Amino acid sequence: MEHNVVSPFDLFWHKFKKRRTALVAAVFIVLLVVVAVFAPLFAPHDPMATDYAQSMQPPSFEHPAGTDVYGRDILSRIIYGSRISLAVGFTSVLVGALVGVTLGLISGFFGGFLDGLIMRTSDVLFAFPGILLAIAIVAILGPGLVNVVVAVSVFSMPTFARIVRGSTLGLKETLYVRAARSVGASRRRLMFVHIMPGTLSGVIVYFTMRIGTSIITAASLSFLGLGAQPPTPEWGAMLAESRDYIGVADHMTLFPGIAIFLTVLFFNLFGDGLRAALDPKLK
Amino acid sequence: MLRFFLKRCLAMIPVLFVVSVLAFAFVHLLPGDPARMMAGPDADVATIEAFRQQLGLDRPLPEQYVRYIGKLLVGDLGISLRTKIAVFDEIALRYTPTMVLALCGMAWSVVFGVLFGAIAAIHSGKWQDYTAMLVSVSGISVPQFWLGLLLIQLFAVYLGWFPVAGYSGKWQELVLPSLTLGATVAAIMARFTLSAFLEVLGEEYISTARAKGVRERLVMWKHAFRNALIPVVTMIGLQFGFLLGGSVVVETVFAWPGLGRYMIEAVGVRDYPVLQALLLLYSFHFVFINLVVDMVYALINPEIRYE
Repeated sequence: MEHNVVSPFDLFWHKFKKRRTALVAAVFIVLLVVVAVFAPLFAPHDPMATDYAQSMQPPSFEHPAGTDVYGRDILSRIIYGSRISLAVGFTSVLVGALVGVTLGLISGFFGGFLDGLIMRTSDVLFAFPGILLAIAIVAILGPGLVNVVVAVSVFSMPTFARIVRGSTLGLKETLYVRAARSVGASRRRLMFVHIMPGTLSGVIVYFTMRIGTSIITAASLSFLGLGAQPPTPEWGAMLAESRDYIGVADHMTLFPGIAIFLTVLFFNLFGDGLRAALDPKLK
Repeated sequence: MLRFFLKRCLAMIPVLFVVSVLAFAFVHLLPGDPARMMAGPDADVATIEAFRQQLGLDRPLPEQYVRYIGKLLVGDLGISLRTKIAVFDEIALRYTPTMVLALCGMAWSVVFGVLFGAIAAIHSGKWQDYTAMLVSVSGISVPQFWLGLLLIQLFAVYLGWFPVAGYSGKWQELVLPSLTLGATVAAIMARFTLSAFLEVLGEEYISTARAKGVRERLVMWKHAFRNALIPVVTMIGLQFGFLLGGSVVVETVFAWPGLGRYMIEAVGVRDYPVLQALLLLYSFHFVFINLVVDMVYALINPEIRYE
């Protein structure tokens, strides 16, 4: 009789595709990335070109999402803005993950004083709502997109560290890690080659979930005037500009908000699907 | 219980110490000379030196820290660079509006969150479940400042039911900002209530109740709902810190005269004594909230006390 070999990926795919919403979300995220990368091909107008004769025009065939105060095409600005939001969201979580995973590995592997220090520090960071921490960091470093990335990545670190520390504690006692240790593998090799891959499923799930939160936080900071500065076509900054025209030009508030909402929604749905498929606790 | 309380209070000391050191270090972390920062951009050398002396910035750091703590203990948080008014008084003025907003937001989120979560759990796998969870994941994904702007557009500008912004103590002014603030936490609460509820429904005492013929409605509300609420109570405390953070954004949208908007203004004009004081104040709140959460948890779950 034929014996079917089921790879971990097959197992993952089998569970993941049952979540219809997550599958749809994944498709939309891919589309979004394509639009962001090829923004010049998709944008009908130059996102920075002003035309005062066309100020605050409602949606039309020429400008599907209308124009802003300076007569700039809002759809084109949203399309270019997706580059900023996706890049900021992804980079800040990536930086947070790299530092957090390393700290978590060190914490779980070595234990003792280092473990105590790292975990107490992350407790303090954890107790602080992300947006306040980010504002404090931007207050020190000054406004701007790069500093927003730094600020947002700092508050992703503690959770990555905790997740990885937890799985490291279990993995370092497993037979294969002990075997590697007994044949003389270095500590660095044990940590990064033997233990780290085992912690990654939790990291990937949290990574996806976190991108949505990071995009919202970064947009909030720009909305508050601490992130991207005008005339950069950033979604949060666009909404800040629209504030003074509520009741006059509502499309200026509507469309950039929809862009943030849908992007974050898709990342959250995708993350939920990944968790359902990867989390061993949710069989 | 008293022993647990004292132990928990003692554990707060190192955290408060770290927080105070961080708040103290804040001024020194700023790029450049703190005395020059404090004195403002167009101060001459003599003024800067006077500031340095007055603030004690010429003393060794440990001495400065001790002086800083000494001042804190008598409520001296420094002077606002912008208004030249004591930071303590500026904060006192804005404390109540922020707390009113946060408490009101919490109330909305508990009512809506628990309700949606409970409905989803009772009708698990049916359309009510999917709808409640779709609303919930949307609530987590919607940026608060956008939700605020939409609510202003619909209920203030077009329908005229509530004022657009500001706060002078009337309840009408509180509705839109508190709804906006509570939306995200309501969504988180709904998910949390759902999972707490489902966990309880798997317990043996639920099967027992059903087996002895208790009506389904009674099983849900008397046996399951009450027990599901226990973890939800602690969640309320934990999310309160999140609400305080969110108030920074919501207060800016609604021109709310509270601490959050004050903080953004202070960042804008580089009013560092104000920022330092606000960071410390917020941190103390979070530490205190965590203490209260632990105490409540210990009250309803005796296992924790005897650990």
